[in-house]
Amino acid sequence: MASEFSTFLMLLKRDLTLAYRHRGELANPLLFFVIVVSLFPLGISPESKVLQTMAPGIIWVAALLAAMLSLDNLFRSDFEDGSLEQIILTPHSLSLLVLAKVFAHWLVTGLPLLLLAPFLSILVFMPSEAMWTLILTLALGTPILSLVGAIGVALTVGLRRGGVLLSLLVLPLYIPVLIFAANAVNVAAKGLPVTGQLYFLGALLSLALTLSPLAISTALRISLS
Amino acid sequence: MWAFLQRFSSPRYFYSLSQPISRWLGGICLLLMLTGLYYGLFKAPPDYQQGDSYRIMFIHVPAAWMSMFVYMVMAISGAIGLIWRIKLADVIAASSAPLGASFTFLALVTGSLWGKPMWGAWWVWDARLTSELILLFLYFGVMALNSAIEDKRIAARASAILALVGVVNIPIIHYSVVWWNTLHQGSTITKLDAPSIHIDMLIPLLLMAFAFKFYYFSVVLMRARCEVLEREKNSTWVQELVASR
Repeated sequence: MASEFSTFLMLLKRDLTLAYRHRGELANPLLFFVIVVSLFPLGISPESKVLQTMAPGIIWVAALLAAMLSLDNLFRSDFEDGSLEQIILTPHSLSLLVLAKVFAHWLVTGLPLLLLAPFLSILVFMPSEAMWTLILTLALGTPILSLVGAIGVALTVGLRRGGVLLSLLVLPLYIPVLIFAANAVNVAAKGLPVTGQLYFLGALLSLALTLSPLAISTALRISLS
Repeated sequence: MWAFLQRFSSPRYFYSLSQPISRWLGGICLLLMLTGLYYGLFKAPPDYQQGDSYRIMFIHVPAAWMSMFVYMVMAISGAIGLIWRIKLADVIAASSAPLGASFTFLALVTGSLWGKPMWGAWWVWDARLTSELILLFLYFGVMALNSAIEDKRIAARASAILALVGVVNIPIIHYSVVWWNTLHQGSTITKLDAPSIHIDMLIPLLLMAFAFKFYYFSVVLMRARCEVLEREKNSTWVQELVASR
């Protein structure tokens, strides 16, 4: 029998391969991210002064929505073709296996947001001092979004119309991340230190990393019972 | 004690026992609420800054306390249902959610009414208000999940998970005052030194708090009774009960 860690890697590789074979779908959340960010100047004002103050919030809200929209296919296709049941039936710890799935999901949806965000921050005139803080908060924050969101997906995967319900379940849980992350970028734009907010995000990430795999695996077992 | 709890948690005994309990609790609630309101509205001295308008506190503060208390009851009974598969715990959790949501709503509405004369705005994006709003969203999420899943057993277990995840939010609500410390006044009762609220205001406030607790327990039992009947509609005792009416 394969060891826990090699199973983790195997599942990670499988999910990444699956994602690579459907490259077209991967671009959708990213395009959504870009479009939402570019809607704000159209809806509010093209003036750089106005946008500058809102930039961190705009980027973070758009990232949050993009992360949430991409969640739906985290377990969906595995649920439909029955491989999710097989994953649950393996003797390995389900928490570890779902962690592999969430990690793969973050690599293909969260990480690109991180790479794209600096370009978008130019579009909304974000001060360049805050750029690194923005990337850091996204690096710490988007894994939390994936982990917490996966709980919601696991709870609704058995439902036929889970989409709207999912956002109702997941978005309130995202709010602490949004508050700390956007606040950090705002503060960094003013040239002040942001270690406190980053520590908080780190604490939230380690909390999510340790506890949410348990919740996800329990929720999956309930959804498939 | 355990034997009593075990008997009480069987839906049938619960149904017959809960009616008198619910009535007694409701009576106590009425008594406490009337005295609390009398002392709060007529006897307590007006505030030296806020005048008489602070009196909405006697509704606002107990409602805010209850909004968190009910969430904890919901999460704990959800956990009990999840771990020991006790049906009654599922029922209590499911019937608590709408009550908790209404307490949260009441706290938000009274807070807004209080905020207008004091702060000059119906709503401010203060940490506590925001957390209370998030709490309302969490309640809505639990209620929506509960009604979206058709199998009541699975619905109960799924929403128990969601409620437990949301428990993370409760400490955030509590410590938000310390973290952000913006417009909302600091806590005046649970400070470790002597409370900074006047004793004549504290007594009616505590009376009202207990009245709200008794109201909740009384109403949650009523709701749970209906819920038990609905969930056990195929069992013989319910059918006998219906036939005897």
